[in-house]
Amino acid sequence: MNVVELKNISKSFGNSLANDSIDLAVKRGEIHCLLGENGAGKTTLMKILFGLYSQDQGSILINGAEVEIKSPRQAIELGLGMIHQHFMLVGRLTVTENIIAGREPRRGILIDYAEGMRQVKELTATYQLSVNPGARVEDISIGEQQRVEILKALYRQAEILILDEPTAVLTPQETGELFAVLKKLKESGKTIIFITHKLKETMAISDRVTILRDGKKVATIATSATSPTELARLMVGREVILRVKKAAAMVGKTVLQADHLTYYHKKNNRQLEQLSFVIKAGEILGVAGVEGNGQQELEELITGLSRNSQGKIFFKGKDISSWSIRERRYAGIGHIPSDRLKRGLIPDFNLEKNLILGSEWQQPYARKGFLDYKVIRENSKVIIERFRIKTSGSQALVQDLSGGNQQKVIIGRELRREPELIVAAQPTRGVDVGAIEYIHKLLLKMREEGKGVLLISAELDELLSLSDRLIVLYEGRIVASGNTVDFTEAELGLLMAGQGRGGVKNGPTE
Amino acid sequence: MVRLNKLKDQQGIIFNLLYSVVAIVIALLLGGILIYLSGHDPGKAYYHLVYGAFGNSYNLAQTLLNSTPLIFTGLAVAIGFQSGLFNIGGEGQLYWGALATAVTALTFPHLPGLILLPLALLAGALAGGCWGVIPGYLKARTGAHEVITTIMLNYIAILATTFLLRNYYKEAGPVDQTPLIAESARMAELIPFTRLSWAIFLGLAVVVLSDYLLKKTSIGYDIQAVGKNSAAAEYAGISVPGIYILTMGFSGAVAGLTGSTLVLGLFNRFITNFSPGYGFTGIAVAVLGRNRPWGVLLAALLFGALEAGGMSMQLYARIPADLMRIIQGLVILLVAAPAFIQLLVGSLLNRPGGGAK
Ligand SMILES: Nc1ncnc2c1ncn2[C@@H]1O[C@H](COP(=O)(O)OP(=O)(O)O)[C@@H](O)[C@H]1O
Ligand SMILES: [Mg+2]
Repeated sequence: MNVVELKNISKSFGNSLANDSIDLAVKRGEIHCLLGENGAGKTTLMKILFGLYSQDQGSILINGAEVEIKSPRQAIELGLGMIHQHFMLVGRLTVTENIIAGREPRRGILIDYAEGMRQVKELTATYQLSVNPGARVEDISIGEQQRVEILKALYRQAEILILDEPTAVLTPQETGELFAVLKKLKESGKTIIFITHKLKETMAISDRVTILRDGKKVATIATSATSPTELARLMVGREVILRVKKAAAMVGKTVLQADHLTYYHKKNNRQLEQLSFVIKAGEILGVAGVEGNGQQELEELITGLSRNSQGKIFFKGKDISSWSIRERRYAGIGHIPSDRLKRGLIPDFNLEKNLILGSEWQQPYARKGFLDYKVIRENSKVIIERFRIKTSGSQALVQDLSGGNQQKVIIGRELRREPELIVAAQPTRGVDVGAIEYIHKLLLKMREEGKGVLLISAELDELLSLSDRLIVLYEGRIVASGNTVDFTEAELGLLMAGQGRGGVKNGPTE
Repeated sequence: MVRLNKLKDQQGIIFNLLYSVVAIVIALLLGGILIYLSGHDPGKAYYHLVYGAFGNSYNLAQTLLNSTPLIFTGLAVAIGFQSGLFNIGGEGQLYWGALATAVTALTFPHLPGLILLPLALLAGALAGGCWGVIPGYLKARTGAHEVITTIMLNYIAILATTFLLRNYYKEAGPVDQTPLIAESARMAELIPFTRLSWAIFLGLAVVVLSDYLLKKTSIGYDIQAVGKNSAAAEYAGISVPGIYILTMGFSGAVAGLTGSTLVLGLFNRFITNFSPGYGFTGIAVAVLGRNRPWGVLLAALLFGALEAGGMSMQLYARIPADLMRIIQGLVILLVAAPAFIQLLVGSLLNRPGGGAK
């Protein structure tokens, strides 16, 4: 029995066709993944279902009856609930107030807050969605806020829940918790449509999966009958290597050495304590950890964005602790920053200008302070071609590129400088599968060429497949370090959560 | 909105020009209605407006004369804006420029013009530049907002120059002004009896130079990088505080030249309170000119023309001067209310709609 059936749905924005004659059938009580790269049209399709967009053509059937959904209110009445990519909660209000807003239980003309609280507690108990109904939303974690969104939908008696990339904002632990909740919801008979571009999640959670590519439906398959490799191929439209192969490390001299780095942040009290490690030529050192445990500080210290630390940093044997950012860049440190739009690019500069960011005083792009646009344009052409950046050309504004292509701009620019060490922070965050594969290959190529790579990532898969050695950061300390082959994913997860078995794997850091 | 922004990028300069022209036309239409409502004949009024601004060589010279200081002050604001700074201190900077220029010219009256003129200009630019560096430094060092500091520094500059004038450089007599500077230090008149000097060419030169600097040099690249995304500029190794100081110095120097050229080309002396707010009008000029050097030039010319035309409107069509100010205000308001006009231009270009319902 199909609870939701979309037939021949099309929707265009201006000239671009976001949805192209898409059919989708969702069975009652299943978890159905909607899988596709960024821009494939997943959100658009679900917004049509939820009454936020109107389709250009096609029809919607709920429980077998054709309906016209003109607004979210109507969608809610039909038993739909949508949890958006960006939460729609009021931070100053409590969890309960947020959940009951618009449908408050009343006593006379007054809102019966106590009754609301009771109902919310009942819901949290039924579905084991642990969250404190009296807490203010701004005080609770992102994972809890997401549960509030789910509760909001359940409170409105949603039978069909749509979640738009719900894991994008979660830590691995929170993702695990979310999956448990979703399974619980499924057991109690709810239907779930789960939007994602991550293969692993699709394999882990879904009963069936529908793949979208470039606005078209590619296939619907039972998850048990498919594999990540097949899904990746369907999603990208070509063969994708998920785990890039890497040759044995050929390590050379020490490129970078951090010696008892200790750092006190000015504003909040995040800190790094006594960090010591080395990176040798031809190896990738991975830094694992849940975000906010010192990764950003480490990134900033090595690249020179912040300098007031204790301890020393040596680059190719020289003490660079007090060097400026420019000095470090010129000396051969490349940087793929974790926040690419904030740090790595100037969104309303065009491509060719972004591609010389940091080199604008250097030959051959400039001579004695005068820019040579012929060389700059040539450089941009070379990088666009070599790194397969999809764009209308050198004059295109970087803000108009997709996330993956923006990342390629940064990587292309940094690698073009032929650095001896690259600090790659979250290099594949928010990037498509195809681009991830490519970025991984590039990092490995650097390694093969005898460069050092400091890979800071929140993706365990990435760390495990690329790094030669790992350090795990927890609350600003290295809680474990060793060769990557000595760690399992489960172990890493525990270490990242601060549950290391005191001193395990405190193997050699060099 | 996204669509319209895209549209704007696609059409670039053409769009901006078209957009500004539409804003001006609407302002003039509204102004016409006001003129009509106040019992005057809009046709006659606008005839005198246009004639007064461009009708003959004398009128044209008046337009250019009015535009000259605004080219400098507008540029000063636009340059600051390139690095993301809002320099409201043009007024103070131009007073220092004027005083330094006058004092230099008075101190070396026997130098030949070929040396004295550049020297006096340089002194003015330097003085304005130094005054601009102060808020730049405060911003770089302490994060003090440049809008606040430049406004405060305006008061100090105006009062301090008056103080210095009264105590050290004042000509005998009732008026607070310096003696006249030597003939050799004056900028020659371009058209006899119009008072229009070749200061306008200096303005043009600064426009060309700033444009070149911003587009074709590494330092210009750095300035714009800081203005557009200071975090990324920092990442790239650009010293953001250094750029703040430099840009404010440059901006102040250009503002200082406003004062210098007025002293050397128009008054031939320093007079207290000589500026009717050129520094502030420069903000409007920069906004209208989209903070680009050539845009500033066009905007300054428009302001000069409105000023000259307004004068003749007042004389020959008996339109109150206030109405002219209102029309100028309307132009700025409409340019500063982009959403509305963009919508209008968007539908004029007739792009098919799409998107959410
Ligand atoms: N409101 C909108 N206006 C214009 N284009 C849009 C809008 N929403 C989505 N698109 C375009 O439609 C396509 C599909 O987007 P979307 O449904 O958000 O993809 P996904 O959720 O799969 O990443 C993209 O090319 C996107 O740029
Ligand atoms: Mg989406």
